[in-house]
Amino acid sequence: MTVAIHIENLTRRFNDLVAVDNISFDIKNGEIFGLLGPNGAGKTTTLSMLSTMLKPTSGKAMVNGVDVERDEDGVRKSIGIVFQDQSLDEELTAWENMDFHGRLYRIPTDTRNQRITELLRLVELEDRKDDIVKTFSGGMRRRLEIARGLLHHPSVLFLDEPTLGLDPQTRNHLWQYIATLAREKGITIILTTHYMEEADRLCNRIAIIDHGKIIALDTPKNLKDRIGGDVVTIKSSNPEAIIAALNEPWISRMEKHNNEVIISLQNADQHVSTMVTLLNSKQVMIESIAIHKPTLEDVFLSFTGKTIREEEADHKTNMRMYQRMARH
Amino acid sequence: MDIIYTIWLRNMKRFSRSKSRIIGSISMPIFFLLFLGFGLNSVVQLPQGSGNYIEFLIPGMVAMSVLFTSVFSGIQVIWDKQFGFLKETLVAPVSRLEIMLGQTFGGATTAVIQGFLIMVFSLFIGLHILGFTGFLTALVFMVLIGISFTAFGIAIASRMEDMTGFQLIMNFVVFPIFGLSGALFPISSLPAWAIPITLLDPLTYGVEGIRYGLTGVSQINPLVCLTVIGSFTVAMTVLGAYLFRKIKV
Repeated sequence: MTVAIHIENLTRRFNDLVAVDNISFDIKNGEIFGLLGPNGAGKTTTLSMLSTMLKPTSGKAMVNGVDVERDEDGVRKSIGIVFQDQSLDEELTAWENMDFHGRLYRIPTDTRNQRITELLRLVELEDRKDDIVKTFSGGMRRRLEIARGLLHHPSVLFLDEPTLGLDPQTRNHLWQYIATLAREKGITIILTTHYMEEADRLCNRIAIIDHGKIIALDTPKNLKDRIGGDVVTIKSSNPEAIIAALNEPWISRMEKHNNEVIISLQNADQHVSTMVTLLNSKQVMIESIAIHKPTLEDVFLSFTGKTIREEEADHKTNMRMYQRMARH
Repeated sequence: MDIIYTIWLRNMKRFSRSKSRIIGSISMPIFFLLFLGFGLNSVVQLPQGSGNYIEFLIPGMVAMSVLFTSVFSGIQVIWDKQFGFLKETLVAPVSRLEIMLGQTFGGATTAVIQGFLIMVFSLFIGLHILGFTGFLTALVFMVLIGISFTAFGIAIASRMEDMTGFQLIMNFVVFPIFGLSGALFPISSLPAWAIPITLLDPLTYGVEGIRYGLTGVSQINPLVCLTVIGSFTVAMTVLGAYLFRKIKV
Protein backbone atom coordinates (compact mmCIF):
# COMPACT_ATOMS: atom_id res chain seq x y z
CA MET A 1 0.00 0.00 0.00
CA THR A 2 1.70 3.17 -1.13
CA VAL A 3 1.07 6.65 0.15
CA ALA A 4 -0.76 9.10 -2.12
CA ILE A 5 -0.54 12.07 0.19
CA HIS A 6 1.80 12.73 3.02
CA ILE A 7 1.25 15.73 5.29
CA GLU A 8 3.65 16.65 8.03
CA ASN A 9 3.16 19.51 10.51
CA LEU A 10 1.37 21.53 7.86
CA THR A 11 0.43 25.03 8.99
CA ARG A 12 -1.11 28.02 7.28
CA ARG A 13 -1.70 31.41 8.86
CA PHE A 14 -3.66 34.39 7.61
CA ASN A 15 -2.27 37.26 9.63
CA ASP A 16 -2.92 36.18 13.21
CA LEU A 17 -5.53 33.57 12.34
CA VAL A 18 -4.19 30.04 12.17
CA ALA A 19 -6.37 28.45 9.49
CA VAL A 20 -4.53 25.14 9.47
CA ASP A 21 -2.70 24.30 12.64
CA ASN A 22 0.14 21.81 12.49
CA ILE A 23 -1.68 18.86 10.93
CA SER A 24 -0.06 15.57 9.98
CA PHE A 25 -1.54 12.51 8.29
CA ASP A 26 -1.11 10.12 5.38
CA ILE A 27 -3.63 9.14 2.74
CA LYS A 28 -3.24 5.77 1.08
CA ASN A 29 -3.52 5.11 -2.62
CA GLY A 30 -7.04 4.35 -3.76
CA GLU A 31 -8.62 5.60 -0.59
CA ILE A 32 -11.64 7.91 -0.32
CA PHE A 33 -10.57 10.23 2.41
CA GLY A 34 -12.86 12.80 3.98
CA LEU A 35 -12.03 16.06 5.66
CA LEU A 36 -15.06 16.72 7.79
CA GLY A 37 -15.66 19.94 9.65
CA PRO A 38 -17.69 23.11 9.79
CA ASN A 39 -17.19 25.95 7.33
CA GLY A 40 -14.05 27.83 8.23
CA ALA A 41 -12.44 24.84 9.94
CA GLY A 42 -9.52 24.82 7.49
CA LYS A 43 -10.65 22.18 4.99
CA THR A 44 -10.45 24.33 1.89
CA THR A 45 -7.19 25.88 3.06
CA THR A 46 -5.70 22.38 3.41
CA LEU A 47 -6.94 21.48 -0.05
CA SER A 48 -5.56 24.71 -1.50
CA MET A 49 -2.13 23.90 -0.12
CA LEU A 50 -2.24 20.34 -1.45
CA SER A 51 -3.23 21.61 -4.89
CA THR A 52 -0.45 24.28 -4.92
CA MET A 53 -2.92 27.16 -4.94
CA LEU A 54 -1.70 28.37 -1.57
CA LYS A 55 1.76 28.26 -0.01
CA PRO A 56 2.03 26.62 3.42
CA THR A 57 3.34 28.86 6.19
CA SER A 58 5.33 25.93 7.50
CA GLY A 59 5.42 22.16 7.34
CA LYS A 60 5.51 19.79 4.43
CA ALA A 61 3.05 18.21 2.01
CA MET A 62 3.77 15.59 -0.63
CA VAL A 63 1.38 14.50 -3.36
CA ASN A 64 2.42 11.26 -5.08
CA GLY A 65 5.86 11.75 -3.62
CA VAL A 66 6.18 15.25 -5.08
CA ASP A 67 6.70 18.19 -2.74
CA VAL A 68 3.96 20.82 -3.28
CA GLU A 69 6.37 23.68 -2.73
CA ARG A 70 9.32 22.41 -4.75
CA ASP A 71 7.59 21.18 -7.87
CA GLU A 72 4.22 22.87 -8.43
CA ASP A 73 3.79 21.66 -12.00
CA GLY A 74 4.71 18.12 -11.01
CA VAL A 75 1.89 18.13 -8.48
CA ARG A 76 -0.56 19.87 -10.81
CA LYS A 77 -0.12 17.24 -13.50
CA SER A 78 -1.11 14.42 -11.20
CA ILE A 79 -4.12 15.99 -9.52
CA GLY A 80 -7.64 16.84 -10.54
CA ILE A 81 -9.68 19.31 -8.58
CA VAL A 82 -13.31 20.26 -8.29
CA PHE A 83 -13.54 23.56 -6.49
CA GLN A 84 -16.16 24.50 -3.97
CA ASP A 85 -17.34 27.37 -6.14
CA GLN A 86 -18.17 26.68 -9.72
CA SER A 87 -15.29 27.13 -12.15
CA LEU A 88 -16.86 26.45 -15.54
CA ASP A 89 -17.05 28.92 -18.39
CA GLU A 90 -20.79 29.46 -18.65
CA GLU A 91 -20.57 30.88 -22.15
CA LEU A 92 -19.01 27.72 -23.52
CA THR A 93 -20.66 24.36 -24.15
CA ALA A 94 -20.00 21.29 -22.03
CA TRP A 95 -17.76 19.89 -24.75
CA GLU A 96 -15.82 23.13 -25.11
CA ASN A 97 -15.21 23.33 -21.37
CA MET A 98 -13.81 19.80 -21.48
CA ASP A 99 -11.82 20.55 -24.60
CA PHE A 100 -10.29 23.66 -23.04
CA HIS A 101 -9.20 21.64 -20.05
CA GLY A 102 -7.76 18.88 -22.22
CA ARG A 103 -5.73 21.38 -24.21
CA LEU A 104 -4.44 23.03 -21.02
CA TYR A 105 -3.14 19.64 -19.89
CA ARG A 106 -1.68 19.05 -23.35
CA ILE A 107 -3.65 15.89 -24.10
CA PRO A 108 -3.22 14.98 -27.79
CA THR A 109 -6.34 15.61 -29.91
CA ASP A 110 -7.34 11.98 -30.56
CA THR A 111 -6.98 10.89 -26.96
CA ARG A 112 -8.67 14.07 -25.84
CA ASN A 113 -11.76 13.61 -27.99
CA GLN A 114 -12.05 9.99 -27.03
CA ARG A 115 -11.79 10.70 -23.31
CA ILE A 116 -14.24 13.59 -23.45
CA THR A 117 -16.84 11.37 -25.10
CA GLU A 118 -16.20 8.65 -22.55
CA LEU A 119 -16.40 10.95 -19.53
CA LEU A 120 -19.47 12.83 -20.72
CA ARG A 121 -21.14 9.46 -21.07
CA LEU A 122 -20.04 8.52 -17.56
CA VAL A 123 -21.64 11.61 -16.04
CA GLU A 124 -24.67 11.28 -18.35
CA LEU A 125 -24.21 14.58 -20.13
CA GLU A 126 -23.61 13.12 -23.58
CA ASP A 127 -26.84 14.42 -25.04
CA ARG A 128 -26.20 17.90 -23.67
CA LYS A 129 -22.61 18.17 -24.83
CA ASP A 130 -23.25 20.98 -27.29
CA ASP A 131 -25.39 23.04 -24.95
CA ILE A 132 -24.07 26.19 -23.33
CA VAL A 133 -23.29 25.59 -19.65
CA LYS A 134 -25.45 28.57 -18.68
CA THR A 135 -28.48 26.39 -19.37
CA PHE A 136 -27.30 23.64 -16.98
CA SER A 137 -28.71 22.91 -13.53
CA GLY A 138 -26.50 22.86 -10.43
CA GLY A 139 -26.24 19.08 -10.46
CA MET A 140 -25.32 18.94 -14.13
CA ARG A 141 -22.61 21.55 -13.61
CA ARG A 142 -21.15 19.55 -10.74
CA ARG A 143 -21.12 16.40 -12.81
CA LEU A 144 -19.45 18.25 -15.66
CA GLU A 145 -16.82 19.59 -13.29
CA ILE A 146 -16.10 16.13 -11.95
CA ALA A 147 -15.80 14.80 -15.49
CA ARG A 148 -13.46 17.65 -16.32
CA GLY A 149 -11.35 16.97 -13.24
CA LEU A 150 -10.85 13.40 -14.46
CA LEU A 151 -9.96 14.24 -18.05
CA HIS A 152 -6.20 14.25 -17.62
CA HIS A 153 -6.31 10.97 -15.65
CA PRO A 154 -5.18 12.33 -12.32
CA SER A 155 -4.11 9.85 -9.70
CA VAL A 156 -5.52 12.04 -6.95
CA LEU A 157 -8.86 13.83 -7.19
CA PHE A 158 -9.76 16.66 -4.83
CA LEU A 159 -13.43 17.36 -4.31
CA ASP A 160 -14.15 20.48 -2.29
CA GLU A 161 -17.72 20.25 -0.99
CA PRO A 162 -18.85 18.29 -4.05
CA THR A 163 -22.55 18.36 -3.23
CA LEU A 164 -22.88 21.78 -1.63
CA GLY A 165 -26.16 23.41 -2.50
CA LEU A 166 -27.57 20.43 -4.37
CA ASP A 167 -30.95 18.87 -3.76
CA PRO A 168 -31.00 15.52 -1.91
CA GLN A 169 -31.78 13.50 -5.02
CA THR A 170 -28.90 14.94 -7.03
CA ARG A 171 -26.67 14.52 -4.02
CA ASN A 172 -27.47 10.83 -3.82
CA HIS A 173 -26.79 10.50 -7.50
CA LEU A 174 -23.42 12.19 -7.18
CA TRP A 175 -22.41 9.98 -4.28
CA GLN A 176 -23.00 6.98 -6.46
CA TYR A 177 -20.76 8.49 -9.16
CA ILE A 178 -17.98 9.23 -6.74
CA ALA A 179 -18.09 5.75 -5.22
CA THR A 180 -18.11 4.15 -8.67
CA LEU A 181 -15.21 6.32 -9.77
CA ALA A 182 -13.03 5.37 -6.89
CA ARG A 183 -13.84 1.70 -7.42
CA GLU A 184 -13.45 1.56 -11.18
CA LYS A 185 -10.62 3.98 -11.80
CA GLY A 186 -8.75 3.25 -8.60
CA ILE A 187 -7.97 6.88 -7.97
CA THR A 188 -7.44 8.43 -4.58
CA ILE A 189 -10.21 10.84 -3.67
CA ILE A 190 -9.95 13.50 -1.02
CA LEU A 191 -13.18 15.26 -0.31
CA THR A 192 -14.10 17.99 2.09
CA THR A 193 -17.60 18.21 3.40
CA HIS A 194 -19.63 19.51 6.24
CA TYR A 195 -22.35 16.98 5.56
CA MET A 196 -21.99 14.18 8.08
CA GLU A 197 -24.02 11.81 5.99
CA GLU A 198 -21.82 12.38 2.97
CA ALA A 199 -18.64 11.60 4.86
CA ASP A 200 -20.22 8.55 6.47
CA ARG A 201 -21.47 7.11 3.25
CA LEU A 202 -18.50 7.74 0.98
CA CYS A 203 -15.30 7.77 2.95
CA ASN A 204 -13.00 4.94 3.92
CA ARG A 205 -11.46 7.19 6.52
CA ILE A 206 -12.40 10.55 7.93
CA ALA A 207 -10.40 13.29 9.56
CA ILE A 208 -12.54 15.55 11.70
CA ILE A 209 -11.10 19.00 11.52
CA ASP A 210 -12.02 21.97 13.68
CA HIS A 211 -10.23 25.27 14.26
CA GLY A 212 -7.51 24.09 11.91
CA LYS A 213 -6.68 21.01 13.96
CA ILE A 214 -7.34 17.34 13.31
CA ILE A 215 -9.33 16.23 16.31
CA ALA A 216 -10.03 12.66 15.24
CA LEU A 217 -9.01 10.43 12.36
CA ASP A 218 -10.40 6.97 11.75
CA THR A 219 -12.88 4.94 9.74
CA PRO A 220 -16.49 6.12 10.11
CA LYS A 221 -17.31 2.90 11.96
CA ASN A 222 -14.49 3.22 14.48
CA LEU A 223 -15.35 6.86 15.06
CA LYS A 224 -18.95 5.98 15.81
CA ASP A 225 -17.90 3.04 17.99
CA ARG A 226 -15.97 5.42 20.19
CA ILE A 227 -19.29 6.91 21.24
CA GLY A 228 -20.06 3.59 22.87
CA GLY A 229 -23.17 1.81 21.64
CA ASP A 230 -26.36 3.81 21.18
CA VAL A 231 -27.31 7.39 21.77
CA VAL A 232 -30.29 8.55 23.80
CA THR A 233 -31.20 12.21 23.69
CA ILE A 234 -33.47 13.54 26.40
CA LYS A 235 -34.84 17.02 26.17
CA SER A 236 -35.85 18.72 29.38
CA SER A 237 -36.09 22.12 31.02
CA ASN A 238 -33.75 20.89 33.71
CA PRO A 239 -30.94 18.87 32.09
CA GLU A 240 -28.72 18.98 35.20
CA ALA A 241 -31.33 17.03 37.11
CA ILE A 242 -31.26 14.32 34.46
CA ILE A 243 -27.53 13.88 34.80
CA ALA A 244 -27.86 13.68 38.58
CA ALA A 245 -30.75 11.21 38.37
CA LEU A 246 -29.15 8.85 35.88
CA ASN A 247 -25.91 8.11 37.61
CA GLU A 248 -25.99 4.42 36.70
CA PRO A 249 -23.14 2.00 35.84
CA TRP A 250 -24.67 0.95 32.47
CA ILE A 251 -24.40 4.48 31.14
CA SER A 252 -21.02 5.02 29.56
CA ARG A 253 -21.27 8.77 29.03
CA MET A 254 -23.53 11.76 29.58
CA GLU A 255 -23.18 15.21 28.13
CA LYS A 256 -25.32 18.27 28.55
CA HIS A 257 -25.90 20.31 25.45
CA ASN A 258 -28.24 23.29 25.75
CA ASN A 259 -31.46 21.86 27.15
CA GLU A 260 -30.65 18.34 26.07
CA VAL A 261 -28.69 15.52 27.62
CA ILE A 262 -26.92 13.18 25.27
CA ILE A 263 -26.41 9.77 26.78
CA SER A 264 -24.21 7.03 25.38
CA LEU A 265 -24.88 3.47 26.40
CA GLN A 266 -25.07 -0.11 25.12
CA ASN A 267 -28.47 -1.63 24.27
CA ALA A 268 -30.43 1.55 24.75
CA ASP A 269 -33.74 -0.06 23.81
CA GLN A 270 -33.60 -2.28 26.89
CA HIS A 271 -32.67 0.52 29.24
CA VAL A 272 -34.94 3.26 28.10
CA SER A 273 -37.90 2.26 30.26
CA THR A 274 -35.65 2.11 33.36
CA MET A 275 -34.43 5.58 32.51
CA VAL A 276 -37.95 6.96 32.27
CA THR A 277 -38.92 5.31 35.57
CA LEU A 278 -35.83 6.72 37.28
CA LEU A 279 -36.52 10.22 36.02
CA ASN A 280 -40.20 10.02 36.96
CA SER A 281 -39.38 8.89 40.49
CA LYS A 282 -37.14 11.96 40.91
CA GLN A 283 -39.82 14.13 39.35
CA VAL A 284 -37.70 15.34 36.45
CA MET A 285 -39.82 16.56 33.57
CA ILE A 286 -39.08 15.00 30.19
CA GLU A 287 -40.04 16.96 27.10
CA SER A 288 -38.94 14.37 24.62
CA ILE A 289 -36.77 11.30 24.38
CA ALA A 290 -35.09 9.79 21.32
CA ILE A 291 -32.94 6.74 20.70
CA HIS A 292 -30.69 6.40 17.68
CA LYS A 293 -27.55 4.73 16.48
CA PRO A 294 -24.58 7.06 16.77
CA THR A 295 -23.94 9.28 13.76
CA LEU A 296 -20.90 11.33 12.89
CA GLU A 297 -22.86 14.28 14.22
CA ASP A 298 -22.68 12.67 17.68
CA VAL A 299 -18.99 12.01 17.14
CA PHE A 300 -18.41 15.62 16.25
CA LEU A 301 -20.39 16.78 19.25
CA SER A 302 -18.50 14.52 21.62
CA PHE A 303 -15.14 15.74 20.37
CA THR A 304 -15.90 19.44 20.18
CA GLY A 305 -18.78 19.93 22.61
CA LYS A 306 -20.71 21.66 19.86
CA THR A 307 -22.77 20.62 16.89
CA ILE A 308 -21.29 21.34 13.50
CA ARG A 309 -23.98 23.93 12.88
CA GLU A 310 -23.08 25.92 15.98
CA GLU A 311 -19.42 25.84 15.06
CA GLU A 312 -20.28 27.24 11.67
CA ALA A 313 -22.23 30.14 13.08
CA ASP A 314 -19.21 30.98 15.22
CA HIS A 315 -16.53 30.77 12.63
CA LYS A 316 -17.90 31.37 9.20
CA THR A 317 -17.94 35.14 9.42
CA ASN A 318 -14.55 35.32 11.10
CA MET A 319 -12.86 33.15 8.55
CA ARG A 320 -14.31 34.90 5.54
CA MET A 321 -13.19 38.21 6.92
CA TYR A 322 -9.66 37.03 7.48
CA GLN A 323 -9.42 35.51 4.06
CA ARG A 324 -10.48 38.78 2.48
CA MET A 325 -7.94 40.66 4.53
CA ALA A 326 -5.20 38.23 3.61
CA ARG A 327 -5.72 38.93 -0.06
CA HIS A 328 -4.69 42.54 0.25
CA MET B 1 2.38 28.22 -27.96
CA ASP B 2 -0.39 25.62 -27.69
CA ILE B 3 -1.50 27.03 -24.34
CA ILE B 4 -1.57 30.59 -25.64
CA TYR B 5 -3.63 29.34 -28.56
CA THR B 6 -6.03 27.52 -26.19
CA ILE B 7 -6.72 30.67 -24.19
CA TRP B 8 -6.99 32.72 -27.38
CA LEU B 9 -9.45 30.18 -28.79
CA ARG B 10 -11.66 30.48 -25.72
CA ASN B 11 -11.72 34.25 -26.12
CA MET B 12 -12.71 33.91 -29.76
CA LYS B 13 -15.53 31.50 -28.93
CA ARG B 14 -16.90 33.79 -26.28
CA PHE B 15 -16.59 36.77 -28.61
CA SER B 16 -18.41 35.09 -31.47
CA ARG B 17 -21.29 34.31 -29.11
CA SER B 18 -21.71 37.73 -27.61
CA LYS B 19 -23.56 39.37 -30.47
CA SER B 20 -25.13 41.99 -28.27
CA ARG B 21 -21.73 42.99 -26.93
CA ILE B 22 -20.32 43.36 -30.43
CA ILE B 23 -23.22 45.53 -31.50
CA GLY B 24 -23.05 47.48 -28.24
CA SER B 25 -19.41 48.33 -28.58
CA ILE B 26 -19.40 49.27 -32.25
CA SER B 27 -22.51 51.39 -31.92
CA MET B 28 -20.82 54.10 -29.86
CA PRO B 29 -18.07 54.94 -32.38
CA ILE B 30 -20.65 54.73 -35.16
CA PHE B 31 -22.88 57.26 -33.39
CA PHE B 32 -19.86 59.48 -32.84
CA LEU B 33 -19.05 59.25 -36.51
CA LEU B 34 -22.59 60.08 -37.55
CA PHE B 35 -23.37 62.85 -35.08
CA LEU B 36 -19.98 64.48 -34.67
CA GLY B 37 -18.91 63.76 -38.19
CA PHE B 38 -21.93 65.06 -40.05
CA GLY B 39 -22.76 67.64 -37.41
CA LEU B 40 -19.38 69.31 -37.35
CA ASN B 41 -18.27 68.59 -40.89
CA SER B 42 -19.37 71.93 -42.25
CA VAL B 43 -18.32 73.91 -39.18
CA VAL B 44 -14.83 72.59 -38.55
CA GLN B 45 -11.94 73.94 -40.59
CA LEU B 46 -8.92 71.62 -40.51
CA PRO B 47 -5.56 73.45 -40.38
CA GLN B 48 -3.94 71.46 -43.16
CA GLY B 49 -6.78 72.39 -45.41
CA SER B 50 -6.79 68.90 -46.77
CA GLY B 51 -9.81 66.69 -46.42
CA ASN B 52 -12.93 67.18 -44.37
CA TYR B 53 -13.69 66.51 -40.71
CA ILE B 54 -15.32 63.12 -41.29
CA GLU B 55 -12.21 61.80 -42.95
CA PHE B 56 -10.20 63.15 -40.06
CA LEU B 57 -12.51 61.59 -37.51
CA ILE B 58 -12.65 58.06 -38.98
CA PRO B 59 -9.15 56.94 -37.85
CA GLY B 60 -9.91 58.35 -34.40
CA MET B 61 -13.10 56.32 -34.16
CA VAL B 62 -11.31 53.17 -35.32
CA ALA B 63 -8.76 53.76 -32.56
CA MET B 64 -11.52 54.43 -30.05
CA SER B 65 -13.23 51.19 -30.89
CA VAL B 66 -9.97 49.24 -30.47
CA LEU B 67 -9.11 51.08 -27.25
CA PHE B 68 -12.39 50.50 -25.44
CA THR B 69 -12.77 46.89 -26.54
CA SER B 70 -9.23 45.99 -25.55
CA VAL B 71 -9.33 47.61 -22.11
CA PHE B 72 -12.65 45.91 -21.51
CA SER B 73 -11.31 42.52 -22.65
CA GLY B 74 -8.38 42.86 -20.28
CA ILE B 75 -10.52 43.85 -17.34
CA GLN B 76 -12.72 40.83 -18.01
CA VAL B 77 -10.13 38.79 -16.14
CA ILE B 78 -12.01 40.05 -13.07
CA TRP B 79 -15.14 38.25 -14.27
CA ASP B 80 -13.10 35.09 -14.61
CA LYS B 81 -11.85 35.66 -11.10
CA GLN B 82 -15.34 36.23 -9.73
CA PHE B 83 -17.00 33.41 -11.60
CA GLY B 84 -14.23 31.02 -10.63
CA PHE B 85 -13.00 30.14 -14.10
CA LEU B 86 -9.60 31.68 -13.47
CA LYS B 87 -8.88 29.02 -10.83
CA GLU B 88 -9.36 26.32 -13.43
CA THR B 89 -6.61 27.86 -15.57
CA LEU B 90 -4.31 28.71 -12.67
CA VAL B 91 -4.33 25.19 -11.22
CA ALA B 92 -3.33 23.65 -14.56
CA PRO B 93 0.33 22.81 -15.14
CA VAL B 94 0.92 25.87 -17.33
CA SER B 95 2.82 29.07 -16.69
CA ARG B 96 1.02 32.27 -15.86
CA LEU B 97 2.89 34.04 -18.64
CA GLU B 98 1.24 31.73 -21.18
CA ILE B 99 -2.19 32.42 -19.69
CA MET B 100 -1.59 36.15 -19.70
CA LEU B 101 -0.31 36.19 -23.26
CA GLY B 102 -3.26 34.10 -24.41
CA GLN B 103 -5.65 36.58 -22.80
CA THR B 104 -3.77 39.50 -24.30
CA PHE B 105 -3.82 38.15 -27.84
CA GLY B 106 -7.43 37.10 -27.46
CA GLY B 107 -8.46 40.57 -26.28
CA ALA B 108 -6.36 42.26 -28.95
CA THR B 109 -7.91 40.13 -31.68
CA THR B 110 -11.45 40.98 -30.66
CA ALA B 111 -10.50 44.65 -30.40
CA VAL B 112 -8.95 44.68 -33.86
CA ILE B 113 -12.00 42.96 -35.31
CA GLN B 114 -14.20 45.67 -33.78
CA GLY B 115 -11.94 48.37 -35.20
CA PHE B 116 -12.07 46.67 -38.55
CA LEU B 117 -15.88 46.71 -38.45
CA ILE B 118 -15.78 50.48 -37.89
CA MET B 119 -13.43 50.75 -40.84
CA VAL B 120 -15.85 48.81 -43.02
CA PHE B 121 -18.72 51.01 -41.91
CA SER B 122 -16.63 54.10 -42.65
CA LEU B 123 -16.32 53.04 -46.27
CA PHE B 124 -19.94 54.13 -46.66
CA ILE B 125 -19.44 57.59 -45.21
CA GLY B 126 -16.36 58.77 -47.00
CA LEU B 127 -13.37 56.56 -46.20
CA HIS B 128 -11.20 55.78 -49.19
CA ILE B 129 -8.57 53.17 -48.48
CA LEU B 130 -5.37 54.43 -50.07
CA GLY B 131 -4.11 51.03 -51.06
CA PHE B 132 -2.91 47.87 -49.46
CA THR B 133 0.14 49.40 -47.74
CA GLY B 134 -1.99 52.07 -46.14
CA PHE B 135 -4.49 49.51 -44.91
CA LEU B 136 -1.68 47.32 -43.57
CA THR B 137 -0.10 50.28 -41.76
CA ALA B 138 -3.40 51.08 -40.08
CA LEU B 139 -3.80 47.42 -39.15
CA VAL B 140 -0.36 47.27 -37.53
CA PHE B 141 -1.21 50.26 -35.35
CA MET B 142 -4.58 48.77 -34.45
CA VAL B 143 -2.88 45.55 -33.38
CA LEU B 144 -0.40 47.47 -31.23
CA ILE B 145 -3.16 49.50 -29.56
CA GLY B 146 -5.08 46.27 -29.03
CA ILE B 147 -2.20 44.40 -27.41
CA SER B 148 -1.00 47.27 -25.25
CA PHE B 149 -4.40 48.20 -23.86
CA THR B 150 -5.54 44.62 -23.28
CA ALA B 151 -2.34 44.11 -21.30
CA PHE B 152 -3.11 47.37 -19.53
CA GLY B 153 -6.58 46.05 -18.67
CA ILE B 154 -5.12 42.78 -17.38
CA ALA B 155 -2.68 44.74 -15.23
CA ILE B 156 -5.58 46.65 -13.68
CA ALA B 157 -7.70 43.52 -13.30
CA SER B 158 -4.86 41.75 -11.50
CA ARG B 159 -5.00 44.37 -8.77
CA MET B 160 -8.76 44.70 -8.52
CA GLU B 161 -11.03 42.61 -6.29
CA ASP B 162 -14.26 43.01 -8.22
CA MET B 163 -15.95 45.06 -10.92
CA THR B 164 -16.93 47.94 -8.61
CA GLY B 165 -13.90 49.99 -9.64
CA PHE B 166 -14.53 49.44 -13.32
CA GLN B 167 -16.57 52.60 -13.91
CA LEU B 168 -13.94 54.63 -12.09
CA ILE B 169 -11.17 53.28 -14.33
CA MET B 170 -13.24 53.91 -17.43
CA ASN B 171 -14.05 57.52 -16.45
CA PHE B 172 -10.75 58.61 -15.00
CA VAL B 173 -8.22 56.61 -16.99
CA VAL B 174 -9.59 55.30 -20.27
CA PHE B 175 -11.76 58.24 -21.24
CA PRO B 176 -9.00 60.83 -20.66
CA ILE B 177 -6.60 58.65 -22.66
CA PHE B 178 -9.12 58.73 -25.47
CA GLY B 179 -10.01 62.43 -25.14
CA LEU B 180 -6.41 63.60 -25.10
CA SER B 181 -5.33 61.43 -28.00
CA GLY B 182 -6.20 63.73 -30.85
CA ALA B 183 -8.84 61.28 -32.05
CA LEU B 184 -11.43 64.06 -32.16
CA PHE B 185 -9.32 67.10 -33.06
CA PRO B 186 -5.97 67.89 -34.66
CA ILE B 187 -3.15 68.26 -32.16
CA SER B 188 -1.98 71.51 -33.75
CA SER B 189 -5.32 73.18 -33.08
CA LEU B 190 -4.81 72.84 -29.34
CA PRO B 191 -3.53 75.70 -27.18
CA ALA B 192 0.24 75.53 -26.75
CA TRP B 193 0.09 74.38 -23.13
CA ALA B 194 -2.12 71.39 -23.98
CA ILE B 195 0.10 69.96 -26.70
CA PRO B 196 2.70 68.39 -24.37
CA ILE B 197 -0.09 66.59 -22.47
CA THR B 198 -1.37 65.17 -25.71
CA LEU B 199 2.12 64.05 -26.63
CA LEU B 200 2.41 62.19 -23.32
CA ASP B 201 -0.64 60.10 -24.19
CA PRO B 202 0.51 56.85 -25.85
CA LEU B 203 -2.77 56.55 -27.73
CA THR B 204 -1.95 59.77 -29.63
CA TYR B 205 0.75 57.86 -31.50
CA GLY B 206 -1.63 55.01 -32.22
CA VAL B 207 -4.29 57.37 -33.58
CA GLU B 208 -1.76 59.27 -35.70
CA GLY B 209 -0.37 56.00 -37.01
CA ILE B 210 -3.80 54.78 -38.08
CA ARG B 211 -4.51 58.21 -39.56
CA TYR B 212 -1.32 58.02 -41.60
CA GLY B 213 -2.32 54.59 -42.86
CA LEU B 214 -5.88 55.55 -43.75
CA THR B 215 -5.53 59.13 -44.99
CA GLY B 216 -1.85 59.39 -45.85
CA VAL B 217 -1.34 62.44 -43.61
CA SER B 218 -0.39 62.63 -39.97
CA GLN B 219 0.92 65.33 -37.68
CA ILE B 220 3.51 63.05 -36.14
CA ASN B 221 6.04 61.13 -38.18
CA PRO B 222 4.68 57.56 -38.56
CA LEU B 223 8.06 56.06 -37.58
CA VAL B 224 7.97 58.02 -34.33
CA CYS B 225 4.44 56.75 -33.84
CA LEU B 226 5.54 53.18 -34.41
CA THR B 227 8.46 53.49 -32.00
CA VAL B 228 6.38 55.04 -29.21
CA ILE B 229 3.34 52.77 -29.44
CA GLY B 230 5.64 49.77 -29.98
CA SER B 231 7.61 50.54 -26.82
CA PHE B 232 4.37 51.18 -24.94
CA THR B 233 3.11 47.77 -26.04
CA VAL B 234 6.22 46.04 -24.75
CA ALA B 235 6.07 47.96 -21.47
CA MET B 236 2.38 47.16 -20.90
CA THR B 237 2.87 43.48 -21.73
CA VAL B 238 5.72 43.24 -19.23
CA LEU B 239 3.71 45.10 -16.58
CA GLY B 240 0.60 43.00 -17.23
CA ALA B 241 2.57 39.76 -17.08
CA TYR B 242 4.29 40.85 -13.88
CA LEU B 243 1.07 41.77 -12.08
CA PHE B 244 -0.83 38.77 -13.42
CA ARG B 245 1.87 36.49 -12.05
CA LYS B 246 0.99 37.73 -8.58
CA ILE B 247 -2.77 37.46 -9.01
CA LYS B 248 -4.62 35.77 -6.15
CA VAL B 249 -7.88 33.93 -6.38
